Amino acid sequence: MLKLDEIQKRLLAEVADLHAVPEGAYNIRSNSHAAGRQSTANIEITPKSDVPGIDIRIKPGTKNESVHIPVVLTESGLKEVVYNDFYIGEGADVVIVAGCGIDNCGNQDSQHDGVHRFFVGKNARIRYVEKHYGSGSGSGKRILNPGTEVYQDEGSIVEMEMVQIKGVDDTERTTSAELAAGAKLIVRERLMTHDDQRAISTYVVSLNGEGSSADVVSRSVAKDKSFQKFDAKIVGNAPCHGHTECDSIIMDGGRILAVPGLEANDLDAELVHEAAIGKIAGEQLVKLMTLGLTEQQAEEQIINGFLK
Amino acid sequence: MLELLNLSFRVAVDGKEKEIIKNVDLTVPDDKLIVVTGPNGGGKSTLAKLIAGIERSTSGRIIFKGEDITELGITERAKRGIAFAFQQPVKFKGIQVVDLLRIASGKELNASEACEFLSAVGLCARDYIGREINASLSGGELKRIEIATVLARGASLSIFDEPEAGIDLWSFRNLIEVFEQMRRGSKGGSIIIISHQERILNIADEIVVIKNGEILRRGPKDEVLPTLIGTSSAVVGCRKADAEGGEAIC
Ligand SMILES: Nc1ncnc2c1ncn2[C@@H]1O[C@H](COP(=O)(O)OP(=O)(O)O)[C@@H](O)[C@H]1O
Ligand SMILES: [Mg+2]
Repeated sequence: MLKLDEIQKRLLAEVADLHAVPEGAYNIRSNSHAAGRQSTANIEITPKSDVPGIDIRIKPGTKNESVHIPVVLTESGLKEVVYNDFYIGEGADVVIVAGCGIDNCGNQDSQHDGVHRFFVGKNARIRYVEKHYGSGSGSGKRILNPGTEVYQDEGSIVEMEMVQIKGVDDTERTTSAELAAGAKLIVRERLMTHDDQRAISTYVVSLNGEGSSADVVSRSVAKDKSFQKFDAKIVGNAPCHGHTECDSIIMDGGRILAVPGLEANDLDAELVHEAAIGKIAGEQLVKLMTLGLTEQQAEEQIINGFLK
Repeated sequence: MLELLNLSFRVAVDGKEKEIIKNVDLTVPDDKLIVVTGPNGGGKSTLAKLIAGIERSTSGRIIFKGEDITELGITERAKRGIAFAFQQPVKFKGIQVVDLLRIASGKELNASEACEFLSAVGLCARDYIGREINASLSGGELKRIEIATVLARGASLSIFDEPEAGIDLWSFRNLIEVFEQMRRGSKGGSIIIISHQERILNIADEIVVIKNGEILRRGPKDEVLPTLIGTSSAVVGCRKADAEGGEAIC
């Protein structure tokens, strides 16, 4: 890839599984500059003129195409706010891979705040994958604050997979979604925090149309002295189905606060919240140890499986 | 060979000392199948846990293949060749059958190797290999996977705690076949099975009866089994499943 050094390439591999220039449309942002951009016949990527960021327009009916929009930061002290808007045409079916990797070797904080808005047309379907990753030995923090707004037209389906496993010191994620009739939102969040990290994830999902549904599931592990807050609210404004689930493991001095929020404003709104927080079950460790693993290896297997 | 020398396990219950295993002496010779029976609450599972290192004996010694392993932890004992199928299999989140078989065998398993262990317990590898070991599996399925995991260990001492419990569809004939194959297997090794089932007692080389934490009786099957017939220590069960022949879960 053009203009990328080894660290930047490594970050790209971590957050977007990219080892070469991706197929299809892409926009690679590196240290606040476009390191590469490509549109296709059906997917047009244009830079915004007023604020940093891009507009991604996907033509109606576009199928089996993907868009990669990874961001990498390797300069210590860099702070940026980026606005990306996705317009997904009626009946399109695409995969969008975002992701942000920060390598901070310096002593100044590096921060990327990505504001993503999705306007999902009728009966369109997207799978959105977002990975966060941090590395670097500097004392400067690696901070990521993603803000995501999703507007789903009738019958659309949005699947979001958010993963943050390592190296991000501070995250405040806010996700809001508004769903019209028959629209469906599926969120799978996997989060691990360690050391002094802090991660806050807030969802507000409004089920506005008849037959809309949301399923928001978070699996997380808080190690060392890290702190997590999972605040998921589903508002049922019509006959709808909503489900949120927070399943967490705490280790060492890790702390987790799960805040269930359900608001039913329609008699036929069916909303469910589940939350479970606890340490690794002792019997799971014992079982794996009887298979020959050390306690530490057993712990790793259990966490890996849990976050898989 | 496993030797338990004057092994005891005491716990404090409500400030009072309770002796759960009392001065047990037991030798399990190489390549022998020992079936341990006796009333519920007698201490059979506790004895198995003491051998595997899950519970630590409060006095006495455990000698395995000539080495004193009394002070060794669970992992160390596993590495020296002790495998243990739990009475109540443990459930996980996200860990798949194939992961557990891989960990148990200590190597990367290919599909046909994994398949071998699963089909030995009557499970179709195709359907089960990628299943998560969680509550979506029935008690019987979990139990079979637990047994398959111990088979995958290829250990020199394999302990099965009530392997037949919860296995309703799968006939005893198949389960017994698994144990007999293990005994005939080229690798050798000893097997301890905790069971009340007459059909399992029947394949034992030796039977050990444990009651109130003590060995009540031990000896060759032909001597001990006749004394147990008709008691709760030798239950005749699952005739129906047996008559229907083994049914694999596919
Ligand atoms: N760690 C422990 N603390 C207190 N009581 C125990 C402990 N382990 C086992 N026991 C008790 O010891 C007795 C024997 O249990 P167990 O070994 O499970 O019997 P069995 O397998 O023969 O049915 C039971 O009464 C059980 O409640
Ligand atoms: Mg028992």
